[in-house]
Amino acid sequence: MDHHYLLPDISQSGKIGCSLPSLDVTPSELPPKELLRQELELPEVSEVELVRYFTVLSKLNYGVDTGFYPLGSCTMKYNPKWHEDIAKLPGFTSIHPYQPVESVQGALWLMFELQECLSEITGMNATSLVPVAGAHGEFTGLLMVKAYHQDRGDKARKKILLTDSSHGTNPASAVMCGFEVGVVASNDEGNVDMKILDSMMTEEVAALTLTMPSTLGLYDPQIAEISQLIHKRGGLLGADGANLNAFLGKVKFGDLGFDYVQLNLHKTFSTPHGGGGPGSGPICAKRNLTDFLPSPLVNKNKKGYFFTSPVNSIGSLGTAYGNFGVMIKASAYIRSLGAGGLKEASENAVINANYLKEKLKAYYHLPYDRTCMHEVAFSGKRQKANGVKALDIAKRLLDYGFHPPTIYFPLVVDEALLIEPTETESKATLDAYIDAMKEIAKEVEKNPEILHTAPHNTPIRRLDEVRAARQLDLHW
Amino acid sequence: MTSPYLQNTEADRKAMLREIGVSSVEELFQDIPEKFRNAHFNLPLPLSELELKEELRQLSNRNANLNDYACFLGAGYYWHFIPSVISHITGRSEFYTAYTPYQAEVSQGTLQTIYEYQSLVCQLTAMEVSNAGMYDGSTALAEAALMACRITARNKAVILPTVNPGYYKVVDTYLSGHDLPLEKVESNLDGLSPDCACLIVQQPNFLGYFEDMATYAQKAHENGALLVVIVDPISLGMFKPPGNYEADIAVAEGQALGSPISFGGSGLGIFTCRQEYLRQMPGRIVGRTVDVEGNPGYVLTLATREQHIRRERATSNICTNEALEALATTVYLAALGRKGLHQVAELCYHKAHYAADAISKLKGYSLIFQQPFFKEFVIRCPVPPYQINEVLFKERIIGGLDINSRIENGMLLCVTEMNTKQDIDKLAEILGRL
Amino acid sequence: MNPQECKYTQEHEWIRPEPGNKGKVGITDYAQSGLGDITFISLPAPGTQVKQFKKLGEIEAVKVYSDIFSPVSGQVLEINQAVIDKPQLVNQDPYGDGWLVSLEISQPAELDALMNSEQYDRFVTELPK
Repeated sequence: MDHHYLLPDISQSGKIGCSLPSLDVTPSELPPKELLRQELELPEVSEVELVRYFTVLSKLNYGVDTGFYPLGSCTMKYNPKWHEDIAKLPGFTSIHPYQPVESVQGALWLMFELQECLSEITGMNATSLVPVAGAHGEFTGLLMVKAYHQDRGDKARKKILLTDSSHGTNPASAVMCGFEVGVVASNDEGNVDMKILDSMMTEEVAALTLTMPSTLGLYDPQIAEISQLIHKRGGLLGADGANLNAFLGKVKFGDLGFDYVQLNLHKTFSTPHGGGGPGSGPICAKRNLTDFLPSPLVNKNKKGYFFTSPVNSIGSLGTAYGNFGVMIKASAYIRSLGAGGLKEASENAVINANYLKEKLKAYYHLPYDRTCMHEVAFSGKRQKANGVKALDIAKRLLDYGFHPPTIYFPLVVDEALLIEPTETESKATLDAYIDAMKEIAKEVEKNPEILHTAPHNTPIRRLDEVRAARQLDLHW
Repeated sequence: MTSPYLQNTEADRKAMLREIGVSSVEELFQDIPEKFRNAHFNLPLPLSELELKEELRQLSNRNANLNDYACFLGAGYYWHFIPSVISHITGRSEFYTAYTPYQAEVSQGTLQTIYEYQSLVCQLTAMEVSNAGMYDGSTALAEAALMACRITARNKAVILPTVNPGYYKVVDTYLSGHDLPLEKVESNLDGLSPDCACLIVQQPNFLGYFEDMATYAQKAHENGALLVVIVDPISLGMFKPPGNYEADIAVAEGQALGSPISFGGSGLGIFTCRQEYLRQMPGRIVGRTVDVEGNPGYVLTLATREQHIRRERATSNICTNEALEALATTVYLAALGRKGLHQVAELCYHKAHYAADAISKLKGYSLIFQQPFFKEFVIRCPVPPYQINEVLFKERIIGGLDINSRIENGMLLCVTEMNTKQDIDKLAEILGRL
Repeated sequence: MNPQECKYTQEHEWIRPEPGNKGKVGITDYAQSGLGDITFISLPAPGTQVKQFKKLGEIEAVKVYSDIFSPVSGQVLEINQAVIDKPQLVNQDPYGDGWLVSLEISQPAELDALMNSEQYDRFVTELPK
């Protein structure tokens, strides 16, 4: 069925997509005319057309439920279905954030328990569930870093260090907190270059933030040394916890020396990505930082659960308590896996990634030929020599029925292909993916044109992004 | 217990480990020192789906939910009608298990619905351009203030005291990142000076009534400042939209448009602005284009504003937003349409006025403000509001927001299409007894 | 190759000096080719003072952006509205119709700090791939 129409194309005056009750009270006088709207131009469609329209559109989408989705750095693991059902219980969906605290003790119980579990999983002392996305959590963490140094009376700490492989949200968040950014280069093994870090780690640096394992999927064995260096010079060590899936149930950020970490419940803890959200980005901190956590935290005493505000809280980052709807699903995940299940998840994720690494390295350049963690970074540079880019490889994978890996990130890898299988994929799927990648590598040599013009088998062919940027069409 | 979420068997893992060239999975972690590697995790013992569903069901029953209690509480989060069609569409796993639509060719479902969302929001607000949505109303407002500072190259934001105090706090937190001041000014705008980047107002305001937007726009623009407005999206079914009163940036909390209250999360930060400010607007934007065969299609566009390209010079750090909530809003606006949204707004308006009228006639109660209002209004109670709310709760009613700290014995009441005449009469009757 | 009459910067801008201490400025063929299809150009308004090697404007392609630096100090006289309307002109004709701004050069001696056509050609061939 054709999807090339939009709502205005099927709109007709007089139609409506739901039924509403009549007014059951005597109408009051309308307000002055100058306050009222003259015209409201929304489409008018029946529920039937609405459902067909969106159903047809949904079929144009590829999701985790469609197939393999190895987007590096995103942890596209399977979203358990019973989580969706319990998240829809009216006792969870139909509660107002400002209703009496005594009337929402079930919600507060869940939040308190999740705070505790996340603190335990990360090896931290307290957790705030307030941030609603990873970037929101990063921003929160850096505001806390700023507050920490201000509280110490140290006005010199104007810089945040991060690595050359860091996610774009890291420097963007640092700047939102008024920091300058210093970039620490990696060495040939994909680890932090200690000499460079040593020279950059001065008393002007408020913190170093590291993704751990890195966005290359690599564990940096120098972490104890790094932690010592940063702390000795009065700085803090923050973790971008996006890659927690490698450590789940096995390693604690706190043990490695991190002072705080922000998490992504929509990555590691199986809550759905939703096409780009909602997410949840809790922040976990050690004792030296817990006073600065955003408000509110859930606390408990003999009488029950209640909200508190940390002594030196950086303030509010929202008008409620975080994405409660997402928290329910993460909580369900932790409760159904337990410590053993979490460990099983990370171990399977790491096995899957290393398997892909071993099987693909004959065909694609592997910049760091060492054990990886839950994801592996390949480079399309061999194929580039034949005029085929990572973009072309990605588009061709669509023809083989797979969602491509992340491309062009991290920036330190030329023509990067960052593959994260997650633990919920089978060996059979990985083998099929490997076969497709092998075929594509052959096509690069024998028939590169088919890659330049890919995809061929998708609902739509390659889209003109240049035109989209030059001839802006952002609404009907 | 074998996890239903793992597909690999022990045999699969053994085969893979062999191919990798190690004898155990522990070897893959051996770069991590022993003392860090197998930490002890003190977590609750795992339970099955059957057991957990029951436990969580009972937990949810410990919450008083608004299906069982009449709700007269608003203050930024609203109990509005959510047509069932919405959850059937957002519940389609092709929508909710997809990621951000970076690979456009297999994401046309998400992309086209976002384009529809942007279009519908522009219609609703009469603003020239909308992004794909941000976290919630309060952070959208904070980003609007930062955007105004960038556009005007000025370093101060001013805000009316009638803006939601919770929003004030969030804007303050965001501006504190850059050490920028956020100052309150009275409605006479005496504090508006040439160093102000924007004037932040809310319409209708936090206390429920409408303010003189035309004057605010004029004064702000005379000072070279932007007018930044927070609107109630349901009110736009009846009342003048921000595009018609010269708003430069208009934001809103989109939860009321088809998403459950969910204890305040997830929300949806509706964000619109003038076309000329487009390149300073944060958040994702979807644009229409064609593919190599000339067929229309949709892609994320103007990505050079965003963090993954511009990094430390990005308009915002935002990455994940609230895409599924935006989809819910798209379906809501399409389902209600022109007539339906107008009807919902009118239901709220008339029911709220009926309630205000009835309550103001009660001995000891009075309506504080005489200005026109939409669905929320402030009453002065004869006794502290918290006492009234305790009595109401026992009668299965959630009373209005206690704003005694601001207005003596003041309560902010909200009435929507979800409140029946019976609900309102019962409320008035109980209040009359107190 | 690169026009003889132009002078070049290390950031791949060119300036074509004109009589009366003026000069037209643009980006080189190497620069436009590296950027790919250009989608947007941001230039300062006429009257703006510029300094040698300081940021003059920005140029964007779909997935990258780049700062443009001024080859000399002076004042912006005119911007090329044609490239604002059709950024692809910079890709198609970077030294001709794709010019970006016309400057009044305040210190002509600054031109000596720039590379001539041969020097720039060599500079480009020696760049890491």
